[in-house]
Amino acid sequence: MTTVAAPPARATRARGRRRSHILTTPDKATLAVMAGVPTVIQFVLIWAPMVLSILLSFMKWNGIKLSDIKPTGLSNYQFIVENYPPFWPAVAHNIIWLLFLACVATPLGLLLAVLLDQQIRGSRIYQSIFFVPVMLSLPLIGIIWQLMYARNEGFINNITGIANTAAAVDWFGNSSVNLWAALVAATWRHAGYIMVLYLAGLKGVDPSLREAAAVDGANASQTFFRVVFPAMKPINIVVVVITIIEALRAFDIVYIINRGTNGLELIGALVVQNLVGEGQVIGIGSALAVMLLVVSLVPITIYLSRVFGREQD
Amino acid sequence: MTHRLSASGFDRSQLSRRSLLALSGGVTLAGLAACTGTTTTPAASGSASATGGQTITFGSGASDDVPKRAYQAVFDAYAASSHNTVKVNTVPHNDFQNNINSYLQGSPDMAFTWFAGYRMRYYAAKGLATPMDDAWAAVGSNFSDGLAKASTGDDGKKYLMPMYNYPWGFFYRKSVWAAKGYTVPTTFDALKTLAAKMKADGLIPIAFADKDGWPAMGTFDYLNMRLNGYQFHMDLCAHKESWDQKKVKDVFDNWKALLPFQDPNALGATWQEAAQSLGQSKSGMYLLGSFVTQQFTDAAVLADIDFFPFPAMAVEGQDAVEAPIDGIMLSSKAAGNAAAMDLMKFLGTAKAEDTYYSIDSSNLPVVKGADLSKLTPLNKKCADVIAGAKSISQFFDRDALPAMASNVMIPALQAFIKDGTVDTANLEAQAKSLYASQ
Repeated sequence: MTTVAAPPARATRARGRRRSHILTTPDKATLAVMAGVPTVIQFVLIWAPMVLSILLSFMKWNGIKLSDIKPTGLSNYQFIVENYPPFWPAVAHNIIWLLFLACVATPLGLLLAVLLDQQIRGSRIYQSIFFVPVMLSLPLIGIIWQLMYARNEGFINNITGIANTAAAVDWFGNSSVNLWAALVAATWRHAGYIMVLYLAGLKGVDPSLREAAAVDGANASQTFFRVVFPAMKPINIVVVVITIIEALRAFDIVYIINRGTNGLELIGALVVQNLVGEGQVIGIGSALAVMLLVVSLVPITIYLSRVFGREQD
Repeated sequence: MTHRLSASGFDRSQLSRRSLLALSGGVTLAGLAACTGTTTTPAASGSASATGGQTITFGSGASDDVPKRAYQAVFDAYAASSHNTVKVNTVPHNDFQNNINSYLQGSPDMAFTWFAGYRMRYYAAKGLATPMDDAWAAVGSNFSDGLAKASTGDDGKKYLMPMYNYPWGFFYRKSVWAAKGYTVPTTFDALKTLAAKMKADGLIPIAFADKDGWPAMGTFDYLNMRLNGYQFHMDLCAHKESWDQKKVKDVFDNWKALLPFQDPNALGATWQEAAQSLGQSKSGMYLLGSFVTQQFTDAAVLADIDFFPFPAMAVEGQDAVEAPIDGIMLSSKAAGNAAAMDLMKFLGTAKAEDTYYSIDSSNLPVVKGADLSKLTPLNKKCADVIAGAKSISQFFDRDALPAMASNVMIPALQAFIKDGTVDTANLEAQAKSLYASQ
């Protein structure tokens, strides 16, 4: 084995040596900068905070002096699981969020993409309209949904004629409906995002595939589900991962409604409540963030292994 | 359209734009933990050097137009009467409050706006504030005992120069009460009888809003102080008393009797919306801070608003009043600085507070000898209630650990409003963990 493998290895080394001679000093400097700067950014903005967060999740700290940091083992995690009332509702809501995005919002985005991919008039305009929610800023989204959902002034209660009556639905305040109200708002954004991804995917499908399917006598739905949809496999994987990640990091819409309390608890919102502002409890916030990170690593790992696995082939 | 943002600086958990951006960038949520703890840059930093003690830097969270102008007028008056000038550094108030930890440890201004309560005593105990007993020795007689107590740190030294306050109590429309023949209740039973009568008359007896979570703490505080006394409120807030005891359960039991009279849609409404319900005479009364009057832009409605203190229950009658005090503290940077101490002396005078009130009339001057002739009749009444109080509490989220208020009490009170149940054993378990990490 070793004797067979040795000559090519030597040859590679020899080639490598020769190539390094070709690189001039400015070349080396350029390479160092181009590799070094992203590495430093990656380290400072991603790896260092992540490692610090993981460490802090095993500590108690008031955020004032470094000497005040005290190790507490797993007590932050124990507190969250046993004594922190919003935690389990938040887990349940994240799961509901994921199921809703996967079963309603993402298919809706796909449907919009398929419809707009036909040669209908004003397709571009519709595309823009459906994509606008993705681009809107958070305060604007808050105002729009306040206008829709407000109990007495809102559009929904007025169009159904129950505004200003005892039967008026309190879309934001009633904890048995507010999660669904927030999910509708989330769908409104998510579907536009997925639509754009699938529009690009549909454009990338080789038209000859459709022609071949037509020649073989497939009808429209057969063509789509048996030919076009499987052909978009790379996009499908991206969409699945995006849907999972969006469900895990969901926080902005509930935060703008009531800061993620009273039926709208989500883990992302709990992380923010515990880490930002005066109510800061660094150990517990870090522990929540680490839990979220660990869960997020599963889809991220699958996604990356798919992407890089294919490149290596 | 409803107002989404509180006008009075209560939205303390509102995210700053920057932290939102950091989040929605979605790098990793875990990354935030370290960022907010260690690398957040102070939103404001003292820039002017104070050599010679002639320029005093002042960090201000009073970013709304009216209070901002009011502070500027005070400093102009100070500059006119002394050789010192004040360099003001104004920061949006939510950012100011959210970043206070790193601000005080970084390069703070010499003096800064803050409020009485746990957080003042906490920073004082951590050595991030400078005591101002010299200034209090000169102007302390201008303040009542309640204010002096509220300005004192755990070590017995004074750390705050009060600027103004505002009371919490019941607000109502005189015309509605006169038409229906209601009278001001002075006992809890009378309050319940009155509320039942209002309900029969088709009114929402007590306007109520708790979408933002903090307003319900006012009801909790008053029930607690009236049942168990001011000292128990303070000890409970400082976690020297257990949450899992009969006294706390009694508070919730009594609240349960009041709950049917409070607006059932509270959890979806902001305090501004509840104020509108009072202004439109749909509700009989509203327990809130006097900032509620900011919502009554119609002068006729505003003139029709009156006030009464929370009725007596078990102990101490109506002696205690909830009246959050805003004031000025000195940072560690002002240690040994004579000019900063001189400014504190000036701020503790009637002249300074009269100047402030002449521009910002939504808050009440607290100093003795302030010109009360300019106060509206309602403000006069509020000021009298505070002046007559034996003890002044600061509101739950100022008297207690902020994490206890925002992370524990808000969900607990919202759940209580929803179904009338509360788990005091769990409250105690959470309190134990949170206070231990400070």
